[in-house]
Amino acid sequence: MPRTLLSIYPRTTDRFDEMLAADGEVRAPWRSFFDQLNAATPEQMRHRQNYVRRRILENGVTYNVYADPEGTDRPWELDPLPLILSADEWQQISGAITQRARLLNAVLGDLYGEQTLIKSGTLPPALVYGHNGFLWPCQGIKPPGETWLHLYAADLARSPDGRWWVIADRTQAPSGAGYALENRLIVSRVFPDEFRDLGVKHLADFFAALQGTLAQLAPHDGETPLIVLLTPGPYNETYFEHAYLARYLGYPLVEGQDLTVRDERVYLKTLTGLRRVHAILRRLDDDYCDPLELRGDSALGVPGLLQAVRAGNVLVANALGSGLLESAALPGFLPGACAKLLGEPLAMPSVGTWWCGEPAALEFAIANLDQLVIKGSFPSQRMDPVFGSELKGAARDELIARLRARPQAYVAQELVAFSQAPAWSTKHDRRLLPRGVALRVYVAATASGYTVMPGGLTRVSAATNARYISMQRGGSSKDTWVLSEPSANTFSLLKTRVGKADLIRSGSNLSSRVVENLYWFGRYAERCDDAARLLRVGLSRLVDAGADAAPALASALDLCRSLKLLPEADGKAIGVDADQHSELETLLLDAICDDQQRDGIAGNIRRLLWVGSQVRERFSLDNWYALNRLQRQLQRYSKARPEISDALAFLDQMLLATSSLAGFAMDNMTRDDGWRFLIVGRRIERLIFLCDAISQFLLLESTRASGSIEWLLELTDSIITYRSRYMAQPELLPALDLIIFDDANPHAVIFQLKNLIRYLGRLGRELGDADDETLALALARLQSFDLARFEGLDFGACGEPCLALAASLDAIAQASAALSDRLAMRYFTHIGDVGRQTLAA
Amino acid sequence: MATSARYHIDHRTTYRYESAVSLSRQHLHLTPRDGAWQRCLEQCIVIDPEPTHCHSRVDHFGNPVTQFDIEAPHSRLVVRAQSTVEVRSHAMAQCDLRSSASWEDGARALAYGAAPVLLEANRFLFESPYVRVKREFAAYAMPSFTPGRALLDAAFDLMRRIHGEFEFDPEATTVATPVLKILEDKRGVCQDFAHLMLACLRSLGLPARYVSGYLLTQPPPGQPRLIGADASHAWISLYCPNADGGTWIDFDPTNNLLPDTQHITLAWGRDFGDVSPLRGVILGGDAHELDVAVTVTPLEPAPSTDEGSAL
Repeated sequence: MPRTLLSIYPRTTDRFDEMLAADGEVRAPWRSFFDQLNAATPEQMRHRQNYVRRRILENGVTYNVYADPEGTDRPWELDPLPLILSADEWQQISGAITQRARLLNAVLGDLYGEQTLIKSGTLPPALVYGHNGFLWPCQGIKPPGETWLHLYAADLARSPDGRWWVIADRTQAPSGAGYALENRLIVSRVFPDEFRDLGVKHLADFFAALQGTLAQLAPHDGETPLIVLLTPGPYNETYFEHAYLARYLGYPLVEGQDLTVRDERVYLKTLTGLRRVHAILRRLDDDYCDPLELRGDSALGVPGLLQAVRAGNVLVANALGSGLLESAALPGFLPGACAKLLGEPLAMPSVGTWWCGEPAALEFAIANLDQLVIKGSFPSQRMDPVFGSELKGAARDELIARLRARPQAYVAQELVAFSQAPAWSTKHDRRLLPRGVALRVYVAATASGYTVMPGGLTRVSAATNARYISMQRGGSSKDTWVLSEPSANTFSLLKTRVGKADLIRSGSNLSSRVVENLYWFGRYAERCDDAARLLRVGLSRLVDAGADAAPALASALDLCRSLKLLPEADGKAIGVDADQHSELETLLLDAICDDQQRDGIAGNIRRLLWVGSQVRERFSLDNWYALNRLQRQLQRYSKARPEISDALAFLDQMLLATSSLAGFAMDNMTRDDGWRFLIVGRRIERLIFLCDAISQFLLLESTRASGSIEWLLELTDSIITYRSRYMAQPELLPALDLIIFDDANPHAVIFQLKNLIRYLGRLGRELGDADDETLALALARLQSFDLARFEGLDFGACGEPCLALAASLDAIAQASAALSDRLAMRYFTHIGDVGRQTLAA
Repeated sequence: MATSARYHIDHRTTYRYESAVSLSRQHLHLTPRDGAWQRCLEQCIVIDPEPTHCHSRVDHFGNPVTQFDIEAPHSRLVVRAQSTVEVRSHAMAQCDLRSSASWEDGARALAYGAAPVLLEANRFLFESPYVRVKREFAAYAMPSFTPGRALLDAAFDLMRRIHGEFEFDPEATTVATPVLKILEDKRGVCQDFAHLMLACLRSLGLPARYVSGYLLTQPPPGQPRLIGADASHAWISLYCPNADGGTWIDFDPTNNLLPDTQHITLAWGRDFGDVSPLRGVILGGDAHELDVAVTVTPLEPAPSTDEGSAL
């Protein structure tokens, strides 16, 4: 029997321990989980931790901003041990928090309506008129169902006596519900037996309830409501969650520029035209949502949105203006507001809060500064909390002077005592560490009132006795397990069923922006693949440095140069003699990891990841793993001061990754127009590459040397087929047949060209006018070329047919590039067209 | 001083865009609001090109607002607002300013906990996007706001100082110039002086609002032409509590006077951002040229049927 985990877990009396009762016994809801944890071997736990780490890394791509491979953002931290709450306890929490949601919704209704709370003196006018979260143009607007808050979150902490307190309200666009979901998916797989045996409540119903509410409240005029998730875009630090939720909820993820308002209605700009949007779940702060009536400097919003809301033509969740309640000063006034608006006492207290705008509160705050923390009244102040006890002398006097000069802007709060819960040590083999925890719980509006997500995001402090908990300051998170009560769950959801008329087959909600990004995703994926193949040819010839390999090396390098993968030899061409190999090596290695080289590998991977990040929600998680792995391999490889053998290994890995991307594209994506654009992007890119490469090959002097045809076959991934057919040293005529004219070889020009024409035909039927005459003409020209012209000739002696064939290939490359431009003009043009504010006096 | 006056106002705004604008949405505060001493008798707004969609409503400060969209490509936008307005004399005499309540009482009436809650005044008491509330503004205002001084008298003195110490300079500032910079550089235009005076008053806990409007273009014979007459103008209005619940008194810091029948009110709000005559968002257009022309012409006063008009 190993020593119990409790033997070195510190007891505490000055804070509540979630797992241990005062007598040192494990609390009832934790008992069975603890026993199993105690019985787990160090190997099992290491295995579990590794699983968590790997999943976070592989899912959490966007925590590292793509544009910066050395991204300073840390991955999401997740402790494998959940926070466990009993059914009884949960019932109390959820009762209190649903009341608070009702109250806050009523407060918003009052403040954007009659303002009786201000008139009666229940709420100071400063907290409304002095708060720039009070959106004046929203006054008088009544949202559908008089619901302002559709999704609300409260941050809770537990004091030493075991009571829960609300420490903050999130009413704007609460973040973290997606992370809670993500944590649940991971942790429930780490402890599958425990999860099942304890009857942990599931989260899915909660999201279904939210979906139901939005669908029901959306003004739909008899149409099937189209609901979108509005994000500020990939630069936002919680973009991962936006994409994750959009995919989970099945809502198109849109940015402001994807939407437009026409005749007081909101539309999504899709490939097939404008589609009416009935509801917007927003993750964009409300003041940024409409540059016409709200913040004029916002490039992220939708001009005219507010008028569409005012006209009752679109539901915005949460309602515009709901950020008003995110004020540190508000909690002090909620008991009064609760009595006035609901006629009930407030069920769960807020942490002690004194708004300094009240003279008595100001004096109290100054007299008790040592026991208090001072915060800004409004989020716009962006003030870090100041702990009174830390200030001495002049700094203290300065703070007091600030409080007296503008008391309305400050709030004094009691210090929050967090409870502690065990976290699994990452440094020791087998150890529990006590960590401060705060619980964020989520509430959704439903037709029958507010409902609480049974669980939530438990945030964990970095140290044992932290005074605040923040994910930005090195904190971590936990899954939250709410155990089932013995009685049956009475919550039931009225779902509207999908009828036959509601069936959606085509992806008609594809925004033009998504399509543009998918197209470029296809092109960059293929470009990475081509570049890797070409460099691999060069590097492997360099490794194989025998004298007879020199001519093949020279010709391969020439091709790299003419396709711009290597810099032009500016006068002093580097030869292929042995004494110049180290210079060559540097050149080739730079082409891989030097981010500054426009057509190099690193830059292309970065562009691939960037466009991929713009359409994250369109890819399966597995697809993401492949992409993310590619990025990490590049990072690892670039850091390691690579040598040639590393470079070859990296290129091999990279080709594996790009071919798995190709596989995902062919096997895993729905065949909608977005997918078709992705495939067209791939075809166009490969066609241009093949034509350029083969045409240059035919025109270059150096390729006449021995060994060149072999690498050309390698470059076009056709060497195996060639050998199986001819079993001899490669010759020009059969090689050209295989890589240009063989329409069964996916690496042949004609195969790609016919395919491209076929996909364009399909797009043309769906969207009209994508067909292309010039491609058909180029195909006919190529097909009319008679390979017999090469018969019986040495490569060195067939200049005339080489020129003619190269010209045919060039024509195809040009037609493909022109097609790309035309597609962009026809389908993508309004992207990047951001509204600008104009003012005239 | 005339007891009432009638004016015809012609306010023409022209945007010329370098390339076509594909979508334009505009909010207009171009209809003079009715008030205790002003009536808008006739109004007509002509928009070229023809809007796709246009409607009028009243905004959250009680100002008439017209919204329109143009969804067809255009490279020029002309908005012409013509109004006929009657303004009655309302300026207070200097001696009445001195008999107003003390400025401390004015601030106390708005302090939290004072009853009744003066909802309308409270709306104009706090910071707004263009008007900061800071110690610097209170400090600048203090020499005028000596202990116990009558509120309106002190405000008049503050206006006089701003007019005397600040230089009118259309080149010095833009819409985006922060009000603190105005205080430092001591130059600007009517909007800047209005914002500055608002910042001073609100920093002392006194509610005051921004007024957008017009001045008579050519003054009556013998009177000087006022600054800001060839464009839209701006001044402020200060809340003064009194036995009847309070009243709003206008001050024009650009011209150092109390607005009377030569000032025509368009709209009021917390600052310029709430009531800018044209506020819009456009797609496309690249660079644009803006031309604003305002002409205010006096009309013969209509024969008075109102026997109480001799104020």
